[in-house]
Amino acid sequence: MSSVILQGATRLLVALILLFSVYMLMRGHNLPGGGFIAGLIASAAFVLYALAWSLQEARAALRVSPVKLAAIGALLSLASAVPGLLKGFPPFTGLWLFIGGGEGDKGIPISTVLLFDVGIYLAVLGAVLALFFTIEVD
Amino acid sequence: MDTEVHSGDQPPTGWGERIWSLALLAFPLGVTLWLLSLIGPVREHAPLVFGVSWIPSLGVELNFLIDGLSLLFGLLVSGVGFFVALYAKFYLRGHPLIQRFFFYLFLFMLGMLGLVLAGNLITLFVFWEITTIASYLLIGFNHEKASARRSALQALLITAVGGLALLAGLLLLGMIVGSYNFVEVLAAKDKVHSHALYLPILILVLIGAFTKSAQLPFHFWLPNAMAAPTPVSAYLHSATMVKAGIYLLARMYPVLGGSEAWLLTLNIVGAVTAVIAAILAMRQTDLKLALAYTTVVALGILIMFLGSEASVAIAAAITFILVHSFYKAALFMVVGIIDHQTGTRELTALGGLGRRLPITFAIAAAAGFSMAGFPPFLGFIGKELKYEGALAIAEEPTFVAWAAVFANALMVAIAATVALRPFWGRLPEKLQSVREAPPGLWISPLVMALLGLTFGLAPALIADTLVGPAVTATMGREESVSLKLWHGINLPLVMSITTFALGALAFYLQPQIRTLLNRIANWLPANSDTQWDRGLDLFKRGAALHTRHIQHGILKHYLAAVFAVASVLLLWGLMRSGGFDMAVNWERLTVKEWAAMALVFAGSLVAICTRTPLTAICSLGGMGVGIALIFLFFGAPDVAITQLLVETLFLVLVALTLHRLPHATEVSGTGFRFVDALLAVSVGTTVSLTILAVLQQPLISPTKEYFELAAVPEAFGRNIVNVILVDFRALDTFGEVVVVLVAAVGAAALLRRKLKPSVPHGDTQEEQT
Repeated sequence: MSSVILQGATRLLVALILLFSVYMLMRGHNLPGGGFIAGLIASAAFVLYALAWSLQEARAALRVSPVKLAAIGALLSLASAVPGLLKGFPPFTGLWLFIGGGEGDKGIPISTVLLFDVGIYLAVLGAVLALFFTIEVD
Repeated sequence: MDTEVHSGDQPPTGWGERIWSLALLAFPLGVTLWLLSLIGPVREHAPLVFGVSWIPSLGVELNFLIDGLSLLFGLLVSGVGFFVALYAKFYLRGHPLIQRFFFYLFLFMLGMLGLVLAGNLITLFVFWEITTIASYLLIGFNHEKASARRSALQALLITAVGGLALLAGLLLLGMIVGSYNFVEVLAAKDKVHSHALYLPILILVLIGAFTKSAQLPFHFWLPNAMAAPTPVSAYLHSATMVKAGIYLLARMYPVLGGSEAWLLTLNIVGAVTAVIAAILAMRQTDLKLALAYTTVVALGILIMFLGSEASVAIAAAITFILVHSFYKAALFMVVGIIDHQTGTRELTALGGLGRRLPITFAIAAAAGFSMAGFPPFLGFIGKELKYEGALAIAEEPTFVAWAAVFANALMVAIAATVALRPFWGRLPEKLQSVREAPPGLWISPLVMALLGLTFGLAPALIADTLVGPAVTATMGREESVSLKLWHGINLPLVMSITTFALGALAFYLQPQIRTLLNRIANWLPANSDTQWDRGLDLFKRGAALHTRHIQHGILKHYLAAVFAVASVLLLWGLMRSGGFDMAVNWERLTVKEWAAMALVFAGSLVAICTRTPLTAICSLGGMGVGIALIFLFFGAPDVAITQLLVETLFLVLVALTLHRLPHATEVSGTGFRFVDALLAVSVGTTVSLTILAVLQQPLISPTKEYFELAAVPEAFGRNIVNVILVDFRALDTFGEVVVVLVAAVGAAALLRRKLKPSVPHGDTQEEQT
């Protein structure tokens, strides 16, 4: 499949979709979204890229092997269990840090829950792409 | 005969590697010192308990308990572990996979330490399984050898089945007591003994202990485990892991011990194991195998003594654990040195090594004397105590005493065979150029042998510090133990002398005994090892048979079976509850909801009527979008988004797959379509009826309210679905992510294999690009 229009549009779209996926990831705690959905959106970006250009280019754009990415994601999620353990809570207890909070404003929240969701994001992205790349072998 | 010699010209090791290996050795040394520092506090005060909560809702904690018993075992694990690691560093020097070896070894060490220090039934079980897996990896370390792989699998299967039985037993025990913590469990003897489930629990726990500690009829995996490199045999399969079963029974003694079933089973199984293994040991000409069988003897004796209520019998068992660990680890390492320096450990090919390997000979002699139970070695004290203990066993004193004397006599003969025979007599031509091993190899067994001698000469060193507290912890009441070399002339001494006489006779007649035993073995139709193979074959054939019928590989039939069963079960459930209420409120539906339903309906209609698969898949996608819209209208935006995304990716994946399948150009014929239609209609009807029936019930859910109330104050999130996923139920989500990961890796591996030309097994594994 090589259509100039699709290829041209894809360059723009992929960047937007990836940005959108990060947006969905970050807002997931308060509004519809989250790691799973964001991971699916991000994988859709790579699927589109592979369809418009080629599988090799999509692989090259991902830089790491998808299985590795999925494993890293799962490990990140697992790592979010550790801070809770170290503080004497059950594993996966959410710990929060609010940076630069003031009056009426809690500041920027940084939490182990976010780390967990980022892990889910990468794991879903990696797993979907691992499947997609093997089906689409030339 | 397989040997495992890796010596030769090695390149000098770099600084990085040297620092790395020193750091490795620092771990067991540090643990040993830490445990030594705890001896005083634990003896004077209460046991030490510490840990973190793990799954509080299930009452599961990752916690540890250090009392006299766990301290003794912990010191054995870390102390012997330190010397074995030191030995292995020299023994496997230059081996290409030495890093992997040490990873496995330390994984085991960690598991074993966790096992003996565990303060909770679940913690104990988790570490128990870690030792099983590490043992599997270590036995199969020489993985190019089919025999090593077979032995590893055999050990894994036997000990893992025992582990499952143990898990069931521990869970039952925890349920009865109402807690998994040892502090509460160990205090609940009366409650457990009077419970109807006492016997099942006892049987399950005993299966776990007997498989791990190689008791009859599960003994055969241990000699086979000698396929592992010698440091592993010295460590796992003599000093530590196989004693996990002993530890378990000693740990459970206060709560499970003392009943008639406990006493009789332990006495009989232990005695029979000790006697039969001692006879089997006489047959062996491979030094390592002979030692392996005497390990089974020792384990049998230990089990036998735990089947007693007399403190002197328990003291005998505890002392013997120490004695055995010292001499057996030393002898294994000596055999390793012989193997390393001569290239063989076959008794018939060895002789006259005393002059060539003087230091090794001295170590072997010291360890052998301890094994045979000669004064002034610790082995003598251990043996005297054993005889005293045997006579004190209330159930079957004569039986146990005879078994102990018989097994010990043969141990004397085997000690002499292993420790003396390779060093005596004429040096064979082939071994003229043999030289003494480097100090790195003999320092560890030397320390082990010296410990046996030191503690024999000064038994007071361990009587109050290690043995006494361990006996106290095992019995669950205050006990003091006095260890002495000279007890005066009494019955145990007479039994000792009888043992030496019988042992000397057995040693003198050993060639004749071996011939006789070999003749008997040839005459027997099968031994347990071949029976194992037969059993495994039968199991595999059964698995193949049922796989052929159930897992036939036709995807369509799988789906048909799943749908048919699901709809039948749903229908059955509906009829039982009698809910066929079709109250549907059509007037409440708005235009947009009608539109979404029309989309769903149109999508399914096109999918049914079309003759090309691609169109069918696309129209199903349209139907999915309609369903996503319905989710959206009814206040589940997260589910709607997920549905939409999954639908999109699914469509792309299936379209691509269809593109690659040559025969997927048309859908199935009319006959199949009729069956499919029937199935589809029945699934659709039952699912619709079920949902309508569910809607008739008022939705009362305390969890929903809880999450609505707790989401913002406790987890700082307003999206309840996501808060549940990443915070309240994070462990479940993590499990799901792992499943996704495993599924992707598995599918990727399967698909990739299909697309590549298969490589014949055993050939080069390099992939062609």
